[in-house]
Amino acid sequence: MADIAFLLLIFFLVTTSMSTSTGLSRRLPPPLPPDQPVPPVDINKRNLFVVKVNSMNQLMVQGEEMQLKDLREKVKEFIKNENDDPTMPVKVRMNIPLLGEMEVTKDHVISLQNDVDTQYQAYINVQNELVAAYNELRNELSQQKFGKLFDDLADDQKEAIQDVYPMKISEAEPKNYGGAK
Amino acid sequence: MAQIRKDTERETPALATSSLPDIIFMFLFFFMAVTTMKEVTFKVRVMAPSATEVTKLENKSLTRYVYIGKPMEQYAKAFGSETRIQLGDAFADVGELHEYIVAERTAMNENDQNLMTVAIKADKNTKMGIVNDVKKALRDAYALKIVYSASKKTAPTNR
Repeated sequence: MADIAFLLLIFFLVTTSMSTSTGLSRRLPPPLPPDQPVPPVDINKRNLFVVKVNSMNQLMVQGEEMQLKDLREKVKEFIKNENDDPTMPVKVRMNIPLLGEMEVTKDHVISLQNDVDTQYQAYINVQNELVAAYNELRNELSQQKFGKLFDDLADDQKEAIQDVYPMKISEAEPKNYGGAK
Repeated sequence: MAQIRKDTERETPALATSSLPDIIFMFLFFFMAVTTMKEVTFKVRVMAPSATEVTKLENKSLTRYVYIGKPMEQYAKAFGSETRIQLGDAFADVGELHEYIVAERTAMNENDQNLMTVAIKADKNTKMGIVNDVKKALRDAYALKIVYSASKKTAPTNR
């Protein structure tokens, strides 16, 4: 008995690797039909938040140079648009189940553009900050409305929060700006 | 008449082994529970980038991996030291990605096909150019659920 158990034990010991896969999930846009022209992008300029990463891994946010650590606050400010700033996304009144009437910046888009020579870690860092900004906003709102963290909410509550802060990150095709050296 | 034996020398009793199988079984179940089989043999070196906001991959059986990195030393002679893509157990080109994804998807259960996730496991020093090529190929192959594989960073270093 113990021999068989030992045998199995050793087998599993050898094959074990305790790594669990983790990562940042994303959804890609569906492919365009090949014979059609690119549809004109109909996004109001004030709804667009542009983050560019160049080949030196430097950040350009809304036309200004920025450090990675300042990005999260800036993104949060943009998505929230508390004071209805005309340079920030349009607020739309929406009736959301569980939360009632709310003003939501539902049409905002965060556009992340990178250079061909951008380092992968730098790109992931930026992605990470963007996701962190969304997570913080969602946590703040769920604390305020339900007194719990977003992860601990029931499914319908989660959906309501997601309606207020939908995650909209667009990963455009890379451009070769500032790459000529 | 009762006799009280008086031994001059006392022996320590042998170790009780009757509970040994139980202990071994306990170990066995522990390892069985935590075991994940190795997916492939790596031919490219991948040091995953780190991030703080990572989520766990839910459905391992529906996840396919695309490895991007520099070839290991033993393959460097044959495949050079440029960043390469590995699909399954072999090196591949971006052009083969479409075929691979379609083949993997048709092999899946019909209900699971649109739940297929592709995890991009790229080395942290990879240039985004090749990652973008992969992303574009995945998009064309309608593999739209992707995961940027990253390891959990406990203490954020950027603040």
